[in-house]
Amino acid sequence: MPFDTSLLSIEMLTAALGLAVLILGIISPASAKKGLGWITVIGLLGVSGAAIGFWGTQGSVYSGMYLVDNYATFWKLTFLVAAVLVVLGSMRYVDNLGGQTEYYSTLIFATLGMMVMASAGDFITLFMGLELMTISFIILVCFRKNESKSVEAGIKYILLASMSSAVLLYGLSLIYGLTGSINIYEVGRIVAMNPVSPALILGVVMLLAGFGFKISAVPFHMWSPDVYEGAPTPVTAFLAVGSKAASLAILLRVFVAALPGIWEHWAMVVAILAGVTIIVGNLVAIPQDNIKRLLAYSSIAQAGYILVGLVTATEAGIKGVMFYAFLYVFATLGAFTVATYFYNITGSDKIKDYAGLSQRSPLMAVVMLVAMLSMAGIPPLAGFVGKFYLFTTIVDNYLWLAFIGLIMSMVSVYYYLRVALVMYRDEPADSTPIKVSSPVAITLVVTMLVTLIIGVYPGPLSEVVNAAAHSFFLQ
Amino acid sequence: MSFPVLPVILLAPLAAALVLVFVPKDEHKLIKSVAAIGTFVSMALSFYVYFGYDQTLGGLQYVIRHDWIQDLGVTFFLAVDGISLPMLLLTNLIGFSAIFASWNIGTRPREFFILLLVLITGVMGTFIAHDLFIFLLFYEVVVIPIYIMVVIWGSSKRVTKEYAAMKLTIYLLIGSGFLLVGVIALFTKSISILGAPDMSFSALAIAGSQLSAFDQKWLFALLLFGFGSLISMWPFHSWSPDGYAGAPTAVSMIHAGVLKKIGGYGLIKVAVVTLPVGAHFWAPWMAVLGIAGVAYAAFGALAQKDLKYVVGYSSVSHMGYVMIAVACLDVIGLNGAVANMFAHGVMAALFFSMIGFIYEKTHTRWIPDMGGLAHQTPKLAVGFMMAAMASLGLPGLISFMPEFTIFVSAFDNYGGLAVIGIAGIIITALYVLRAGANTLFGPPRTEYDHLEDIKGVELVPLVVLGTVLVVGGLLPSLLFDMINSGVVPLHAEISNVLQLGGNL
Repeated sequence: MPFDTSLLSIEMLTAALGLAVLILGIISPASAKKGLGWITVIGLLGVSGAAIGFWGTQGSVYSGMYLVDNYATFWKLTFLVAAVLVVLGSMRYVDNLGGQTEYYSTLIFATLGMMVMASAGDFITLFMGLELMTISFIILVCFRKNESKSVEAGIKYILLASMSSAVLLYGLSLIYGLTGSINIYEVGRIVAMNPVSPALILGVVMLLAGFGFKISAVPFHMWSPDVYEGAPTPVTAFLAVGSKAASLAILLRVFVAALPGIWEHWAMVVAILAGVTIIVGNLVAIPQDNIKRLLAYSSIAQAGYILVGLVTATEAGIKGVMFYAFLYVFATLGAFTVATYFYNITGSDKIKDYAGLSQRSPLMAVVMLVAMLSMAGIPPLAGFVGKFYLFTTIVDNYLWLAFIGLIMSMVSVYYYLRVALVMYRDEPADSTPIKVSSPVAITLVVTMLVTLIIGVYPGPLSEVVNAAAHSFFLQ
Repeated sequence: MSFPVLPVILLAPLAAALVLVFVPKDEHKLIKSVAAIGTFVSMALSFYVYFGYDQTLGGLQYVIRHDWIQDLGVTFFLAVDGISLPMLLLTNLIGFSAIFASWNIGTRPREFFILLLVLITGVMGTFIAHDLFIFLLFYEVVVIPIYIMVVIWGSSKRVTKEYAAMKLTIYLLIGSGFLLVGVIALFTKSISILGAPDMSFSALAIAGSQLSAFDQKWLFALLLFGFGSLISMWPFHSWSPDGYAGAPTAVSMIHAGVLKKIGGYGLIKVAVVTLPVGAHFWAPWMAVLGIAGVAYAAFGALAQKDLKYVVGYSSVSHMGYVMIAVACLDVIGLNGAVANMFAHGVMAALFFSMIGFIYEKTHTRWIPDMGGLAHQTPKLAVGFMMAAMASLGLPGLISFMPEFTIFVSAFDNYGGLAVIGIAGIIITALYVLRAGANTLFGPPRTEYDHLEDIKGVELVPLVVLGTVLVVGGLLPSLLFDMINSGVVPLHAEISNVLQLGGNL
């Protein structure tokens, strides 16, 4: 059987970029290493261009091991955009820290792992992508080698990540044992035709636990506040955005393509998981006084909202998830980039030190506010439309979940506004203006504009996402 | 296609806000002038639309409609009818006056006026949007500017401004959370009835009226809670006195004047029209809550010694009349509801702007500390008393006709219950006259001899709102004919459904 390896070209390009950055970093003198960030940005933008070229391509490589469809392409673009924004926002941070070579190339490999996950057509590819991403993140999380908090976060992450991988792998092997196939769509056909066995349910539960860890759904979220707090802030941002989005991409692929046959057995579990995640994430965020922990809990709550889209396992649900995940990327990156830059200047992550930020740097304060309000779902920001899409899918049969989701998102305004209060009302302790460097300013302005524009005029994005969700069922 | 007048009205304040971003922050005069120009353009154009609207033709006019989100059936649909036009005009009258009522803002004026302009745009948008999704977009835009304005420029007297701001915000948001559940459920149900998603008011009204009685009832309850907490329906009113007391003058004016009217407007244009059977079911409850609000808040106002609390409670009480009027579900009642919202808006805004000036000059709002201010500040006293007289429904001022209309309809529909509501007007007279007498009249106090009367641009709120107060009182047909042209077709739709659904 001839294989059309051109379908793999964007992954190959990304791998080549990662290696090129690694080699360039080794051979170039220390003073020139600052340029690596720009090379990474330009390279990733080039890959994104190539990925856009794949829009509309539908196919698979190696007998369904690797799928290329609009669904995968959309996710890949999301990851690439996230990576570009993270790199732009973190250049100065990394220059202060040193180790640019390893940082940028590991980040590119993490992105590659995510792309493989989005395209995975069988369990082996899935696991490969997942591990590539996870191992890259382990390196990145403890990148501040001399700081105990960062190392601690790294240890926590490596232990819990390998644990969750083991659980996930066990679940996958159970399903393989029962169906005799590792191809996701093939498994779907076999599961639909055969009666349900307890072992299969056990496998599904293990999958949910494994993926639940990656997207930090309650009760598998314990690691994320500590890791988010300890990791270098740009890594936290990428972890919150990229790792979560990629895990959602594959979570949907597995549950909606391989397990729709036993949908009635897991729908309620997912709904409850989503509800609990929304409640716990939002309530625990209230007393936080560290901006990274606050954002960590709020991103747990966000995972809960996104899970809502999985409950019905329909095209509309997938569309809701993709739409929300896309705008979640921008909102989260906006908030984390502000946090990163603020840390660079002041060396603090405490919310009370954000006092008077609106006077020291109006741009940073506005971006933080817009990002947070978008996560809270306040119109006319993108989060509102996203939640509208997600909750329309479940309002008929899971009205209670709609109540939980929408009321809790109003509760979340309470803790977001506390940050706004500090930024806007209080007088700064140190009133020197913060000058925002240009790559950071680009990131901030892009995230804010996208959040605003999608909120006011979501039409085009929703059509793109529709096409992507539609292609999901064509494989 | 002709001149897109509605988008220009909507965007003029926003354009002014954008200009302000680039104005140096120390150019106070320039900042205020830009804000004034932006709102003036909107106000002038809304007068033009108001008097250009063809009442004999009726229906939606000045329509702008573009596809917006196809898979949700959302269209960018701006238009005005006899109900939304008075509200649009009201918003701009108050918006323009609010700029001048805040003329003496000294701290961070640029940020203040940017937020104020965004706020005005948001309120206007809700009144001219005829697509539920676009309506919701504007509905909550206002929340955040208000929060920030209260915490920066508000005042802490009985409650801290942080508490007031959070209370305002959380009440409004929790209400809108329930509202949103109702809207989303209504929307998904409408898809299966209409066969395609469509979020315009008219399409939802067609779909909504075909829902089962049970669906209509629980959906209406959600919408009633959402809109009701915005219009400070008893017992969800407690944000209102605290919130107004903590807010800066301009925010109190806009919030009491127009923002809470979005609740009444939404109740009529969205909830009642879309779910007539539900409205019919809940109408007695609305009437009871309305009457309770009138009576409770009137007594509450009687006990207050802080001027802003007096007006805050009084506005809850006046909104009780609106609730009663909506609950009547007939043409006279709905006319009265809309007209009373307009009248109360003008009156409350004038009241708050005058109180704002008093506070600015005397640094107190505590009634026992004041007295005889009419000697030192006669013009201020005139404005204050005009608002007070309008509040107690003096014939010849704008609020007499609306209240009279409401009483006619309420008596017709609820008989004995209405008597309690009407009795509320006696208490109203008591508290506004007492507040006026203790603040303005009596022997002059020497400690206030240095006060300067309002002058120059400070007179703008008094002139603009005072004129409307008198003209609307002498020529009520200007207002009522307009409202009637919007209410009659709307009521025809409702009663049509209710008659067909008689066997539900």
